[in-house]
Amino acid sequence: MKNLFKKPKFLWIFLGVTLAVSFLVIGSCSRRSALKQDKGGAAEAATLTYVAPGDLDEYYLFYSGGHSGNVYVAGVPSMRHIATIPVFAKYPATGYGFDKETKAMLGEFDWGDVHHPALSETKGDYDGRWLFVNDNGNNRVARIDLRDFKTKQILGPVPNVSGFHGGAFVTPNSEYVLAASRFSIPLPKGTAASVEEYATKYKGVVSGIAIKPDTGEMSTGWQILMPPYNYDLGDAGKGPSEGWAFWTSYNTEKAIGKLEVTSTQRERDYIVAVNWKEVEKAVQAGKTQVIDGVPVVDPVATPGLVYLIPCSKSPHGVDISPDGKWIIGSGKLQSITTAYSVEKMLAAIQAKNFSGEEDGLPILNYDAIKEAEVNVGLGPLHTQFDNQGNAYTSLFVESAVAKWKLGSWEVVDKIPITYNIGHLATAEGDTVDPDGKFLIALNKLSHGTHLNVGPSQPESTQLIGIEGEKMKLLYNAFTEPEPHYAQIIKADKLKPIEVYPKEENKNPNAIWDINDAKAERSGDAVTVKSILVRSTISPTVIEVNQGDKVTIHLTNIEQTTDELHGFGLLEYNINVVVDPGETKTIEFVANKPGVYAYYCTNFCSALHQEMQGYLVVKPK
Amino acid sequence: MDKEREEGTEQTNESLSWIRRFGIQTYDFLEQPLPMVSRLLLIIAAVALVAVLIFPLWNMTFFSNQYTDGLALDIYAYRLEGAKTPNRDDLREINSLNHYIGMRPLLESDFSEFVWLPFAVGGLMLLALRAVVLGKMSKLVDVFVLFVYFSLYSLWSFYYRLHSYGHNLDPTAAIKVEPFTPPIFGEQVVGNFTVYSYPDIGSYAFIIYGILLFAAIVWAWRGYKRSLSAAEAPA
Repeated sequence: MKNLFKKPKFLWIFLGVTLAVSFLVIGSCSRRSALKQDKGGAAEAATLTYVAPGDLDEYYLFYSGGHSGNVYVAGVPSMRHIATIPVFAKYPATGYGFDKETKAMLGEFDWGDVHHPALSETKGDYDGRWLFVNDNGNNRVARIDLRDFKTKQILGPVPNVSGFHGGAFVTPNSEYVLAASRFSIPLPKGTAASVEEYATKYKGVVSGIAIKPDTGEMSTGWQILMPPYNYDLGDAGKGPSEGWAFWTSYNTEKAIGKLEVTSTQRERDYIVAVNWKEVEKAVQAGKTQVIDGVPVVDPVATPGLVYLIPCSKSPHGVDISPDGKWIIGSGKLQSITTAYSVEKMLAAIQAKNFSGEEDGLPILNYDAIKEAEVNVGLGPLHTQFDNQGNAYTSLFVESAVAKWKLGSWEVVDKIPITYNIGHLATAEGDTVDPDGKFLIALNKLSHGTHLNVGPSQPESTQLIGIEGEKMKLLYNAFTEPEPHYAQIIKADKLKPIEVYPKEENKNPNAIWDINDAKAERSGDAVTVKSILVRSTISPTVIEVNQGDKVTIHLTNIEQTTDELHGFGLLEYNINVVVDPGETKTIEFVANKPGVYAYYCTNFCSALHQEMQGYLVVKPK
Repeated sequence: MDKEREEGTEQTNESLSWIRRFGIQTYDFLEQPLPMVSRLLLIIAAVALVAVLIFPLWNMTFFSNQYTDGLALDIYAYRLEGAKTPNRDDLREINSLNHYIGMRPLLESDFSEFVWLPFAVGGLMLLALRAVVLGKMSKLVDVFVLFVYFSLYSLWSFYYRLHSYGHNLDPTAAIKVEPFTPPIFGEQVVGNFTVYSYPDIGSYAFIIYGILLFAAIVWAWRGYKRSLSAAEAPA
């Protein structure tokens, strides 16, 4: 070998080979330069999101808990989880679903699938009165009162509705909570028709749940009989589009089976435009049929109510700009978001500028109403707005948020998120008067970007600052499944109480004097009026016979913030928590003989451990 | 007629002389025994081919916002291998992502290359050693020509694979994309992915094999030329 290297030519060849190989190896290594995520200035982000002890967040964030059945409340910008509001599932932490009233509200169901919280509005702005949420699982709608952050009403299962997904969203003056069927079925419920007859026998339903203006009480209102498309999401018009509501629909193929393939064959699906003010008139004029107790309008028989707007295929979100002038629709399988002009839509309807009809419904001429197609990126879903004329569209496939300008229709910024964003919410972003400032990305996958908690991973929710030209990622929070949509409301718009005032407690079974705390028997029914106050549950002993029907009315007579008391009854599967000034009722049959302790489950005072009593059940 | 032909032959004799000379010289060169250095280079070349069978030939990496660390796919002479951790199986991941655009899943059993490629590599190895043992220049040139042919064919085959995967998309796929050819070399943006495709150690070993073969020929050629000029010099 030594001799070989002495020969200059050989050396030349050897060097050549070595160089070529090293060049290739170095070249191949450069591909390892991974795409780095812009984490922004850490110090700046920390300052922007830091809420010092004792200070309060600027905004409330209400985000859906998906199939947990809950709504979660966090503060923005700290992103701290503050409270869980149970809606469609039992929640022992507050005793929800254990007392008579909430048990009756939950009915036969143990779960619900909270998708889209909607704050009540007055003149298109959040009024801070109620939060409505839909249940995609069991076709219900619930109302949370923001005075005490409690679920006050669950309506449903709503007749004729199947998969209450396209909602909840409210009309600008909270006349209706709107929602629509995701899974069309034969109507009325209980009818069984073969899936093969899907296109003809199955029906979708768009539903206007009426809200009583003073109390927020919901009733089924009216419905519209729709072709069996899958109705996905919607938004109510405002300003020039007030009186209209819009839903996206997919599977306009009316296909069955493997929808992943069968429902994605057409290049266009529809945004459904509903003139709900005209629907109201049609209902008042009696142009309805009653299906399962609900007045239902047929938009084919009564023209002028429903129009189809072609949208790029399999759209998910449709959102109305704050000024009500633009309808923003995104096809999730294309990279185009379309902005439609409300003015042009109304003109096209006036001029009957239709490009055809489908299932008896007129299709508006796309080219006549389209204002712009914005190439936002891959997998566009939902759009929210700020106060400077910008729109923000979530890109599921691309895992990013695109910022673009209403009017000039240009994309001006993009930020990657972790990972697979679904909805997004900006501060008061779906009102007539958004605040800008913050955007929250509600992501479907966290992919282990947190401390490892095993295979059941949380979702990821990211706070993004949108005050400047460039979006800035500020904070990562992790949430329980499944943050579908959220509402962000300025904190000072809510004025919740901290105790239930004694004078407001009209419960006939409430007592306020410990001397009134006692059990009364009537046949085999035992009724106990009980008082919870630091640090005694009165009476401290309840004696019943095996088989008695026991009713206990529990009143927490405290009038001090945070003095909650619990009532946990051992081995009887009962736990309720009673807030200051509140009265709750529990009912059970004392079928197990013996002695069972009850105690305060919600830590209250220095003598909390002593706050206990005994239920003595004498055997037969 | 005969006369004319003879004249014609005579006329072309002069112009063809360099071709004839080249032919004779090449024939002569191919009949030469292989010098020891060339044989040594051939042995190294044959050993280098072992790496072709052991290491990946090509590597493709797919980066996106969801996969900032990149989904990695190694192509060996005889199999496909996605990067695999307890938390992710990249080949499975790539296939499940590709199904949205209607691309056929990458299945080892679809690649006839995985059968003939190792066989051909073994053949090249044996042919190099055969040239060492038989020690004749023509055997070496045979192997080199085969090597060039085989390299180009393999590259074409690889390109054709990529092309057909990107062009035979299921028309019923949920997401319709324009047919495309994934990159064979370099960087390309495909949908939300940036794809990097580069040769890996196996290919480098294969290139080294070719370079060594070529070096062995050059070495022998130089020796042959030197011996020719040495023979001519005294005359």
